[in-house]
Amino acid sequence: MEYKKKSLFQRGGMISFSSSILAIICGLLFGLIILLVSNPSQASGGFMMILQGGFTDGMQGIGQMFYYATPIIMTGLSVGFAFQTGLFNIGAAGQFTIGAFVAVLIGVKCTFLPAWLHCLVAILGAALAGALWGMLPGILKAFRNVNEVISSIMMNYIGMYLVNLLIQKLIYDHVKNQSMAVADTANLPKAGLDKIFPNTDINVGIIIVIVFVVLVYVILNRTTFGYELKACGKNPNASKYAGINAKRNVVLSMAISGALAGIGGALLYLANSGKYLQVLDIIAPEGFSGISVALLGMSNPIGILFAGLFIGHLTVGGYNMQLFDFAPEVIDMIIAAIIYCGALSLLFKGMISKIQFRKEKKKKDNLKKEE
Amino acid sequence: MDIVYFIMQQTMFFAIPLLIVAIGGMYSERSGVINIALEGIMVIGAFFGILFINMAQGTMSGQGLLLIAVVIAGVTGGIFSLLHAFASINMKADQTISGTALNMFAPAFAIFVARMIQGVQQIQFTDTFQINKVPVLGDIPIIGPLFFRNCYVTTYLGILIFIIAAFVIKRTRFGLRLRACGEHPGAADSVGVNVYKIRYSGVIISGVLAGIGGLVFVVPTSTNFNASVAGYGFLALAVLIFGQWRSNKIFMAAFFFGVMKTLASAYSAIPVLKSLPIPNEVYKMIPYIATLVVLAFFSKNSQAPRAEGIPYDKGMR
Repeated sequence: MEYKKKSLFQRGGMISFSSSILAIICGLLFGLIILLVSNPSQASGGFMMILQGGFTDGMQGIGQMFYYATPIIMTGLSVGFAFQTGLFNIGAAGQFTIGAFVAVLIGVKCTFLPAWLHCLVAILGAALAGALWGMLPGILKAFRNVNEVISSIMMNYIGMYLVNLLIQKLIYDHVKNQSMAVADTANLPKAGLDKIFPNTDINVGIIIVIVFVVLVYVILNRTTFGYELKACGKNPNASKYAGINAKRNVVLSMAISGALAGIGGALLYLANSGKYLQVLDIIAPEGFSGISVALLGMSNPIGILFAGLFIGHLTVGGYNMQLFDFAPEVIDMIIAAIIYCGALSLLFKGMISKIQFRKEKKKKDNLKKEE
Repeated sequence: MDIVYFIMQQTMFFAIPLLIVAIGGMYSERSGVINIALEGIMVIGAFFGILFINMAQGTMSGQGLLLIAVVIAGVTGGIFSLLHAFASINMKADQTISGTALNMFAPAFAIFVARMIQGVQQIQFTDTFQINKVPVLGDIPIIGPLFFRNCYVTTYLGILIFIIAAFVIKRTRFGLRLRACGEHPGAADSVGVNVYKIRYSGVIISGVLAGIGGLVFVVPTSTNFNASVAGYGFLALAVLIFGQWRSNKIFMAAFFFGVMKTLASAYSAIPVLKSLPIPNEVYKMIPYIATLVVLAFFSKNSQAPRAEGIPYDKGMR
């Protein structure tokens, strides 16, 4: 059983994890410097708020952290899934918006459905809409060689304007200048979670998210389909040679990625948290947060779960930090710095594995000599 | 005829920043570095440029002020792009990730600093830069009203930048070396070209131009700066790809989008379009849908620089 024992650093996951931690530390230090430069007297208080984040107000804070993390873990899964298959889905924002709209539309209009089904149909509708929205850049990529980054950015804008138009046509609340409230039956059940985390907007969304994390993990790592998708991402030519239908896979992985983002939109807007679709010319920020979550989680579903929770944690900290007169945008800067350092720490990752490789080689050489 | 003049003048406001930024992107990408950070660099350039205008407009006004602001926007954009250059050239990082980080950082930084300095995130400025009529040239029939009335000095600056940039990349030794680094850095290195240096200059040029482009976009189209350039950096990337990384085609592409964008924003001033029963949002979608359609037709034979996005490693030669 010797061969199963591997040192901690030899495992790929451990290396990724340690380099992510290093990036997070660098990013937080950078945030501290910004706070110190802009307002030295309040900096330590503000920084403590960031560090404590979701743990400031006991169970309530933790519940809020779960609530913030729910949609961005879904968009993170969306972007991460695409990353694993060699695609950069910067269009998660558009897919998220479209998904959210369809969920709200079903929530408002389809009141004839029985209670238990209503919510489910709304989520499925969102998934389907997101999948369609993601599929189009996939088709353009596979058959017309259009760079998916550009086309999904365009889809973000088209989606945003389309949803603005459709809200006004179909589900507009003229008094409040936003979408109508969804029927109670369409809202996600709380399932007693609000008893554990009092005064929060938490609901079963977070559990659905965990189910999807496991599902994506299984698809990518335990099925032939997932293996084919990843192979296309790693080396399209080799996978074509091996008889994998690369074009079909590009379309499919963009569709799945889009569906995940669409579900994220449904989970946020069916949460009964007083959040309504607004008619604004702003691209949904959850899509871009998804990119950070995916990068921070190294595109690994489990990593994405924790990265999403971490960013949710920082977001709560950002709100609390306003007590100390700081704009919550510091959080975005910190996250950007973490992502940047994360890009650099690929180098760090490479260094660790190089050292490991040399050690291995020495060991082998020594063994040979002994023989 | 007035409508044609109006459309032309409006088109300039949209097309010139796209042209400047896309040409900047061309320098970066043809040296071999993907620059998805154009959007963020535009925000930084516009932010510092507008901040300067906001602070100095009590004592200065007119073209002098604008030109100094352009210089500031260019310099800050160039400095900001160094971050991307360092990550993607020295650290051999994933260029998309580093670019995304810059894009996220820029608006947050602009909002944060604006709030810390003046309490609100919008930075107001007074537009004292519009030229009603260029002397002499503005009086030429047809051409005068088309190009030399209700314009900004930045329009001519943009055209000038384009001409110089197109000349440099095609006809000079530096341009040749830059293109070589984007196609086959190993070959360039073997004949003594310093690939790292060339790539650095490519990224810095793109940063300077994107910074200028950010300011040039904000000045004619708004009276305050709200930490955003409305996705223009991404549109410029689309222009770059649509223009097949070649300066002349980029020029055409930029004006194509300029016209589209003008139709989207100024359709209500055009009687024929206003009378159609089409909602506002559809017009706003047109530029993006047009981009998709155009890309679908022109991407098949992509002429992207061959070594684009691949960090250069001497040991791999």
